[in-house]
Amino acid sequence: MNRYPLWKNLLVLVVLIVATIYAMPNLFGDDPAVQISADRSATVDLDLVDKIETALKQAGIDYKGIELEDNKLLVRLTSADSQLRAKDILNQTLTGDYIIALNLAPTTPDWLAALGAEPMNLGLDLRGGVHFLMEVDMVAAVKQALDGYGSDLRLLLRDEKIRYKQIKVEDQQLIVVFRNAEDRDAAENLISREIDALQINVAEDTTDPALVMQLNEVNLRETKRLALQQNITTLRNRINELGVAEPTVQQQGENRIVVQLPGVQDTAQAKKILGATATLEFRLVDFDSDVQDAVNGRVPPNSELFYHRNGQPYLLNKRVMLTGEHVINAQSTLDPQSGSPAVSVTLDGKGARIFSNITRDNIGNPMAVVFIESKTETKEIDGELVKVRRQVPEIINVATIRDQLSKKFQITGLDSTTEARDLALLLRAGALAAPIEIVEERTVGPSLGQDNIDQGFASVMIGFAFVLVFMLVWYKMFGFVANLALAANLIFIVALLSMLQATLTLPGIAGIVLTVGMAVDANVLIFERIREELRNGNSPQSSISAGYGKAFSTIADANITTLIAAVVLFGFGTGSIKGFAVTLSLGIITSMFTAIMGTRSVINLIYGRQHKPKLSI
Amino acid sequence: MKFLSNETHINFMSKRLLAGVFSTILIIVSLSSLVMQGLNFGIDFTGGTMIELGYQEQVDLNKLREDLAEGGYPEATVQNFGSIHDVLIRLPVIETQNMAELSNEVVAMLQSKNETEIDVRRVEFVGPQVGDELTEQGGLAMLYALIGILIYVSLRFEYRFAIGSVVALVHDVIITLGFFSLARIEFDLTVLAAILAIIGYSLNDTIVVFDRIRETFLRMRKGESEEIVNAALNDTLSRTLMTSLTTLLVVVALFMFGGEVIHAFSIALLLGIIVGTYSSIYIASNTILAMGVSKEDLLPPVKEEDENVNPDGSQV
Repeated sequence: MNRYPLWKNLLVLVVLIVATIYAMPNLFGDDPAVQISADRSATVDLDLVDKIETALKQAGIDYKGIELEDNKLLVRLTSADSQLRAKDILNQTLTGDYIIALNLAPTTPDWLAALGAEPMNLGLDLRGGVHFLMEVDMVAAVKQALDGYGSDLRLLLRDEKIRYKQIKVEDQQLIVVFRNAEDRDAAENLISREIDALQINVAEDTTDPALVMQLNEVNLRETKRLALQQNITTLRNRINELGVAEPTVQQQGENRIVVQLPGVQDTAQAKKILGATATLEFRLVDFDSDVQDAVNGRVPPNSELFYHRNGQPYLLNKRVMLTGEHVINAQSTLDPQSGSPAVSVTLDGKGARIFSNITRDNIGNPMAVVFIESKTETKEIDGELVKVRRQVPEIINVATIRDQLSKKFQITGLDSTTEARDLALLLRAGALAAPIEIVEERTVGPSLGQDNIDQGFASVMIGFAFVLVFMLVWYKMFGFVANLALAANLIFIVALLSMLQATLTLPGIAGIVLTVGMAVDANVLIFERIREELRNGNSPQSSISAGYGKAFSTIADANITTLIAAVVLFGFGTGSIKGFAVTLSLGIITSMFTAIMGTRSVINLIYGRQHKPKLSI
Repeated sequence: MKFLSNETHINFMSKRLLAGVFSTILIIVSLSSLVMQGLNFGIDFTGGTMIELGYQEQVDLNKLREDLAEGGYPEATVQNFGSIHDVLIRLPVIETQNMAELSNEVVAMLQSKNETEIDVRRVEFVGPQVGDELTEQGGLAMLYALIGILIYVSLRFEYRFAIGSVVALVHDVIITLGFFSLARIEFDLTVLAAILAIIGYSLNDTIVVFDRIRETFLRMRKGESEEIVNAALNDTLSRTLMTSLTTLLVVVALFMFGGEVIHAFSIALLLGIIVGTYSSIYIASNTILAMGVSKEDLLPPVKEEDENVNPDGSQV
């Protein structure tokens, strides 16, 4: 007879119960919430909770509750409107080292959460947000490294009294030109002894004796790795400054970074801040030489020509006093004297020391603040599109040093408060180690996200209903059992996605819809076999058994080949395609279980004990 | 409801020549369209910018085109997307432009010319370098899937079956691509995913038929190969149609209710399922017959289940 052993029935039952539990959190919605986490020195504690409660009560904003968890606070609110207001209020109340971000908090009941059950993540195409793929300019990173070695070399050669004509960086090479071969050979010895990161070649085809150096294999790789790591850190800092809950910043390949910002509304600002390469330099003004001469092309060797925003030329010392990297804090403010936008800057210990030494020695002399931005343009050169990066330095402010400055000072000369705010943010978050470029952007507005959820859900449900009716009409009782299996299969897919904390995307929903169609296939194969066996005059019981038995290898073959296609899709996948591959693969696997074991278990319960049952198929 | 479940005796293979000619014509038409005008690649592959905007009022596309041209984007193309309130603006890669900033500039420009607020529903920007990579990876992905399947089917069946299934797959893929080329429907990443799904689906169908052909070969001791294939096709016919029908039903649901974004995706699936069903009956079986598969080729049986073999000694 067709009886499953107890353990098989129990297995089916237990798996179903577990899956239902883990699929359940998805039934509960989200609360609009504001998430507060500590940046740097600040702590999140009960005092902060009190502070927030008072602020919200004063502003008359209703909230559902405040939760403290892993150094993070979550304020649950009643509506999206009060969420925005709460964020504004908290931004004003909690100045300083807190990151305040909008978020959606799942309303999973405690007993489910205690079991570790969580709803699945929604992809950016469903909840709205921005996806950036950024490419780090490794050519520039290598050039920076070579520039650094160039300065080291200058000092080294001077200390050892080896004379050279020129040191320059060209085509990813550091070139030192000498007056004679003796100097060159002496330098070669010295460099190979002192700097082991460089691979040295003697240039043969130049008029003057020269050394051509490149970063060696190990150092090249290390330089690139470091550039990427530093950029990831800087991007994280900047995103924290923007206030985004649950951002993703990940390395992709050798030179790319994926940034995902769920729920960001103002993508224009996000793009500007993330890609900004602006940095600051403080330099002394060279007032000994004539600026007009320099404009006409005679720039003194120790100076460089810069232009002020208003177009006026200035000669500045080649030596940079200080760069933005010594800045530990920066806030936008208004200059108390002129009332114009300003940034108040705090330096770290080393920066303060350098700054105070130089300003002490130069009281009465003018100092310039140079704002450097790098811009990318695509140009056509010899029929090929080539990206050209240009550094655009601009003097934003020239002021006479009146006192010895040290830790804290102000930068003025900014155009608007927005500019002051962005500059302060960039100084706080730090500069990018190498310029970065957005090579792919996918933004989904919140309205489209909601449409996608609604339409995706509708198509799953309608497709599902079609199939249910069809199966019921066609296979009657057996069709009903197959429908149970289909419903279980949906629960399994959702449960697995939730357990794996996989991200559901619109193509992922399409994958689920497709598996609904294909999951039926296994049952169709089995049921057709059973009908065939009945037609051949076999008894109902042996027909059931033979039907399942003979269909099995066909089902396995068919599913494994589809799985191969799904796995290839996954391997190839960029974001959205991956989502499709994941749900398709999961669906294929779970459907094998539900369509074979699940239906068999139910069919056995219905017909298994009867001697000569009349099969409703 | 059993109008199909009675045993059918359709002589599929009598039409194999006709089917061969029909498919050959389809493939020639598809290939020539693919060669002559290629695919209408979306920005995923070509690089460029796509902006979907939601207006509160009905959009005058001509005015929008003028606005864009005046604003300095004469190369922009505009179409309605899903409803009369939504538009899709496409911009190619423009030289001397910072492409990442482009969408912001366009939106700001259009907003300044429009009184009511415009909802930015979607922005997609793909740099040219990323597009090139995707095209390459997409082609490779298809190739890998085909090779993986070829290996699996060779192991499980026999090389002729493997070739038969791959011929059917290539047939399905070419015709689907040809349709996209002829109808000038945009070919984007989701369509590529659909085509890979079609590969999986069509194969699924073919494998089921092959399984039955092998089984029938081993069971029926007498009979021409053609007869045997026919018998197997008839045996699996109701299953083939049932599965195709249920899958079609859900894809139709996807097509009608899934929204504009996955429209092309569902069209590809719809077409692929129909072509895939046809090809598993006519093309795959046709190919193995043409290559002269016979009973001897399938002995000793690769199959584990001995019960599929008649007890009268057909298994050695």
